[in-house]
Amino acid sequence: MATLKVFDIAGSGMAAQAVRLNTTASNIANAGSVAGSPDEAYRAKQPLFRTVLDAAGNPASAAVRVDGIVESNAPALALHQPSHPQADADGNVWVSNVNAIEEMVNMLSASRSYRNNVEVLQTSRELLLQTLSLGS
Amino acid sequence: MYDDFFGFHAAALRVRSTRNELLARNLAHADTPGYQARDIDFREALADANASASARLMRTHSEHLPANGESPTGTTVKYRVPMQPSVDGNTVEADIEQAEFAENIVQYRASLHFINGKIRTMRHAISGER
Repeated sequence: MATLKVFDIAGSGMAAQAVRLNTTASNIANAGSVAGSPDEAYRAKQPLFRTVLDAAGNPASAAVRVDGIVESNAPALALHQPSHPQADADGNVWVSNVNAIEEMVNMLSASRSYRNNVEVLQTSRELLLQTLSLGS
Repeated sequence: MYDDFFGFHAAALRVRSTRNELLARNLAHADTPGYQARDIDFREALADANASASARLMRTHSEHLPANGESPTGTTVKYRVPMQPSVDGNTVEADIEQAEFAENIVQYRASLHFINGKIRTMRHAISGER
């Protein structure tokens, strides 16, 4: 049934935005994590969204899919803290490359998009119920 | 007989439902890089839906390929011209899509209302004056 595809589409949008919220949460939580070397330092993660058409190639229904999670390649910051237990030979520890401002903006955008999808879902559901009760 | 009875409104409801799906899709893809927002021209779509079946291509088998840009209702899907396209090639503008979605919902409700009225009329006719 064609109308029910609205649920698939909005659902896939919500799932994708939820993944984005999860990565943002993990980035913010690890904003202050330090490591003993630049390679071990936490790197900010971002999901990659992609459009998938259904088998029939119907232009009216195309879900969102998370294609993968990419890691930011911005350099980790060196912090001179010789007394830190994880400090390397030069007395440096390496802080994650998370940009807190970027993450906050990302979180706002993701939550707004998520809400939009919920709204679409609720409204479509209500309309469908009204259509089912036609003539009563 | 029922197609004649509901006439215009049944076709309008079908087109509105397709459009609802398209707008839902646009909103779901608000953050997908390179995604281009699509919509249908309601007037054109309704004319298509009202045209006799012989005037448009019909798919008689599920494995048949659809004509370019054609949705199941035989409507041509067009691309929206963005007012402020973003750097990643996405042309969805959430505010515009939301406004269109709201409008479409109201129109859908109107169609439902008209069809309901027709059904009520028919019921009155069947049950007599009670």
